[in-house]
Amino acid sequence: MAQVTLWGSLSAAAGGRDKLDIEAKDIRELFRKLAEQYPAFEPLIDRGIAVAIDGTIYRDTWSKELPPGAEIFLLPRLAGG
Amino acid sequence: MAGVAVSTTINGDLVEYLCQPDETLLEVLRDRLGLTGAKEGCGTGDCGACSVIVDNRLVCSCLVLGAEAEGRQIETIEGMAHGDQLHPLQQKFLEHAALQCGVCTPGFLIAAKDLLAKNPSPTEEEIRFGLAGNLCRCTGYDKIVRAVQDAANVMKGA
Amino acid sequence: MNFDPRFSGRNFTSVGTRPIRPDGVDKVTGRARYGADFNMAGQLVGRILRSPHAHAVIRKIDTSKAEKLAGVKAVITAADLPDLTDGDTAMYDILDNSMARKKALYDGHAVAAVAAIDARTARQALKLIEVEYEVLPHVTDVDEAMKHSAPLINDAIFTEGLEEKPVKPSNVCKRTQYGHGDVHQGFAEADMIVERSFKTEQTHQGYIEPHACVASVNADGTADLWVCTQGHFVYRQHCAQLLGLEVSKLRVTSSEIGGGFGGKTHVWAEPVALALSRKAGRPVKLVMTREEVFRASGPTSATSIDVKIGAKKDGTITAAEATLRYTCGPYAGMWAEIGAMTAFACYRLENVKTVGYEVLVNRPKTAAYRAPSAPMAAFAVESAVDELAKEIGMDPVEFRIKNAAQEGTRASYGPVYGPIGIGPTLEAVKNHPHMKAPLKANQGRGMACGFWFNFGGQTCTDLNIGMDGSVSLAVGTVDVGGSRASLSLVAAEELGIAYEHVKAVVADTSSLGYNDMTDGSRGTFSSSMATISAARNAIKVLRERAAQMWDIPVDDVAWEKGHAVAKGATHGNLAPLSLKEIAAQSGKTGGPIAGHSELVADGAGVSFATHICDIEVDPETGATRVIRYTVVQDAGKAVHPTYVEGQYQGGAAQGIGWALNEEYIYGKDGRLQNPGFLDYRIPVCSDLPMIDTQILEIPNPNHPYGVRGVGETSIVPPLAAIANAVSNAVGVRMTHIPMSPPRILAALEAEREG
Repeated sequence: MAQVTLWGSLSAAAGGRDKLDIEAKDIRELFRKLAEQYPAFEPLIDRGIAVAIDGTIYRDTWSKELPPGAEIFLLPRLAGG
Repeated sequence: MAGVAVSTTINGDLVEYLCQPDETLLEVLRDRLGLTGAKEGCGTGDCGACSVIVDNRLVCSCLVLGAEAEGRQIETIEGMAHGDQLHPLQQKFLEHAALQCGVCTPGFLIAAKDLLAKNPSPTEEEIRFGLAGNLCRCTGYDKIVRAVQDAANVMKGA
Repeated sequence: MNFDPRFSGRNFTSVGTRPIRPDGVDKVTGRARYGADFNMAGQLVGRILRSPHAHAVIRKIDTSKAEKLAGVKAVITAADLPDLTDGDTAMYDILDNSMARKKALYDGHAVAAVAAIDARTARQALKLIEVEYEVLPHVTDVDEAMKHSAPLINDAIFTEGLEEKPVKPSNVCKRTQYGHGDVHQGFAEADMIVERSFKTEQTHQGYIEPHACVASVNADGTADLWVCTQGHFVYRQHCAQLLGLEVSKLRVTSSEIGGGFGGKTHVWAEPVALALSRKAGRPVKLVMTREEVFRASGPTSATSIDVKIGAKKDGTITAAEATLRYTCGPYAGMWAEIGAMTAFACYRLENVKTVGYEVLVNRPKTAAYRAPSAPMAAFAVESAVDELAKEIGMDPVEFRIKNAAQEGTRASYGPVYGPIGIGPTLEAVKNHPHMKAPLKANQGRGMACGFWFNFGGQTCTDLNIGMDGSVSLAVGTVDVGGSRASLSLVAAEELGIAYEHVKAVVADTSSLGYNDMTDGSRGTFSSSMATISAARNAIKVLRERAAQMWDIPVDDVAWEKGHAVAKGATHGNLAPLSLKEIAAQSGKTGGPIAGHSELVADGAGVSFATHICDIEVDPETGATRVIRYTVVQDAGKAVHPTYVEGQYQGGAAQGIGWALNEEYIYGKDGRLQNPGFLDYRIPVCSDLPMIDTQILEIPNPNHPYGVRGVGETSIVPPLAAIANAVSNAVGVRMTHIPMSPPRILAALEAEREG
C-alpha cells in the first residue's frame, strides 16, 4: 500500500483529498487505479503528471516501481525554457 | 520597378548584380548572392548581426542599399578566413567558446576585425564599447571580450 | 533494455576537458545554416497580417482584392486552418494563437496571411486585406485583470481550483496552492515579520534570430518543414495535428538555432506557413520581423507578488507565505503555479504556503523563458529574506545558510530533497573574494539564491561506428549552446576513444525516434544518458565481434580504454583489439556496428545557484552600472566546463537586463510601444563587466556521470541579487522590476518625502 500525496491543483480531482492510499507496484498501476477511482484524473494523466518518489521527480517512466514505504507525491507536469 | 545594375567588389572578387532601388545590401547579399553569413536580427540597425565592412568602414548592411555598393570594396564573414586558414579572431572565438548559438558570431567577428584594424591594442573598455553595436543574448559577452583580447595579442605578435 | 542510470564515481578522460565544438568552424565562417538561411526551388514569401487592436471581435475578413494582386499565390484566414483539435484545449489555444478564429486577443495577433512571389508583393497584398473589427475593451495589467470590473477575455473561463465552483466567468483561470505546516502558528512564533508586495514587468527571451521556417506541403500528403526550433519532434506533432497530416509524413529538420531560451518551444507561424504552402502548392518561406517577434511570439509573465516571512531573533525562519499572480496572455497557463512551487524551494521551512493565480490579459501568449516563472518568485522572496536578515541584524549569507534546505528537507513544493547544492553554493559565496572586494560611494552589494527543477524526458540516440573506427552520433535534442561538443565527449569517454574521432549531428525527425524538446535544462542531461546507453550497446556488439575474431567466448572479452581485451589465463597471448581494428573487420563479422538507445531520461537533479553582484547607482539620474558579478552554481558534473560557464554567464546577463532595463511597455490603447531592440534594450557589451563563475559538482545520483541540468538556474537569482544590491546602494527597498532610472529616482523621491 502506497500513500500518495496530491499537490497543487491535483487534489481537486480527488474531491479535495490531498492524501490517498493506493495499492500499486509501479507508476502505471498507480495512474490506472487513480483514474478508476477518480475519473477526473484521466484527462490530467493524459496531459501529464509528474511523480516524485523519495524526492526524485519522474515525468514519463511509468514502469518505475514504487518501493514499499516510499514517499510519493504527484505534481503537475512543468514547462521549461 | 526597374532594377539597378551594380558592379562591386566582395571579398576581393568582382561581383555584378541587378537589384531594386529599395533593396538593402543585406537582402542582396543573402537573397541574390547566397552570402547568408550576415544575419538579419532586427532590420533596423540595432543588433549588428548583419555587420559588413564597406571601404574600411563597419556598417549594418540592413541600413545600406544594395545600389550604394557600386564601386566599393565589401568584406563579409565569408571572406575572413584564407582558405583553410582561419583568421586569428575566428580561431580565438573557437578556443574561448565565445559563441553559443552562434547567430551573432559573424557580426561580432566582422566588428572585432574592424576594431583591431583601427586599434590593435584595445583596453577591455575599448573592446566593450567597440563591440557595443552588436547584440549577443547567449554569452554575457565575457568570453567574447577575452577572445578578442587574446586575438589582439596573437595578431600583434604575428 | 537494462540501462542502469545510477551514478558511479569514476575517473574521467574526456569528460571535463574543453575541446573545440564540432560545429564551431561552420559558425565562425558564416557557413552554419539558421532558420532563414535555407531556400527551396520555387519558394514563395509568406507574410502575416496582424491585429492592431488588443481585443476585438473579427466581424469579417475580405481577401478578394489581395487574391487578385498579380504575384499572390495564396491568402489564408482561420478558415484554412480548420479545428482538428478534438477537444484538446491546449492544442486549440495553439491553433487560435497561430491564427485568430473569432476574436483578436492582443496587439499583433495573426488574422490572415499571404504567400506571394516576393516580399514586396506580399507586403502589398497584406494592405489589400480588409478586416472589419468590433473593438472591445482590453486589459493588460495583471492586477487590473483580476478585478471583477475588468473586461472579460474569455467568457468560457471559470476559475479552477476554488473550493466552490464559481458561477461567473473570470480572467483568473486557475488558483493553485502549495506548502505544508501551519503558517498562522509559524507567524505567531516569529519575533520579526517582513511583509511586502512586488511587481515585475514582462520581458522577452530576446533571441537574436527571429522565428523562421520553410514549409513545403505536397499533393500526396507528405510535407517538409525546415525551422529554427528547440524541439523539431514536438513541432512535428503540433503541426501534423493542426494540419491533419500523418506524423511520419511530415519531416521536420531543425536548422541551427539562433537562441531560444524557451521561446522556440512553441509553434507560432509554422502552421501558417504549412497552410500557405498547402493552398499555394509551392514551398513557402516565412520569417518573422523583429517587431513581430516582440508583438506576437511568447514573452514571459508580468507578475504581482506578495510575500510575508517571519523569523525568530536567532535567525530561524518560522513561517513563509506568498501570493503570486502571473499573466498568461489570453490563454490558460500554469505560470503562477510554477512560481508557487519554486518560490521558497531554497529553504528548510516548517510552515510554508504559496498561492498562485493564473491571469488572462490582452498580451501575447506567455511562453517559457529560462527557468520560467522562477526568477520573479525569487526576486520577491529573496528581497524579503534580505530585508528580514537586516532587521534581525544577521549577515544575509549567514541567515540563508542557517535556513538553507539540505538533503532530507521537505521542499516547499512537496517532496523531500536528495543530495542538493544550496548549502555548498552559499558556503562558497561566503568564502568568495568578491565578498571582500571594497565598495565605493554609491555602490551596493547584493546576493541571492535561486532554484530550478531541471527535466529529463523522452530521448533517442544513434551511434554508428564507421569502418575506419570513427563514430557518428545522431542525437534528437537540438543543440542550443554546445551540446554536440558535450555529447561527443560523453561518447568518447564511454567508448574509450579520442574526442576528435566522434562527430555529433542533430538528426531530423525522419532519421531518429521521438525526442522531447531541448527545454528544462535537459539537453546534455538527457542526451548524454541516451549516448552512454547507446555506447554501451555498441560496446556489447564490439565485444561480440572481437570474440568472433579471436574465436573465444564473448564472456571472456572485456572493454577497456577503447580496446577489446581477452580475459583469463587461456587467452593470455592475445593482444588487445582496438575499436578501429574491430571496425575494419565489421563487414566480415556481421555487418555495421552500431549502438542505439531509446529511453526516458528521468531523475534530473534539481539545481541551485547563489549570485553576488555589486551595483553603482548615480543618485542624480538613477542610472545603474554593474561593477562586479559572480555566479556560483552546482552543475552535478560539468561535461564541457567552458560551455557550463557560458550558461552561467548568459543566464546572469539576461537576468541583469531583466532587473535593470527590459520591459514590455503597453500604451493606453493596448498596443506595444517598444517592439524593437532600440526601445527594448537588452544588455550590450559595454553594459557588463566580466562575469566570474564557480562551478560546484555535487553529483546527481540518477545520472551515470552525476550530470544535472545547467542551462536555466543561472537566470533565477539575478533579479533579486541586483535588487538587493541597488537597495543597499541607495538605502531604499526596490520592489518593482526593472529598476530603470525613472523607477529608482521615483523610489528615492518617495523616500525623501517619507
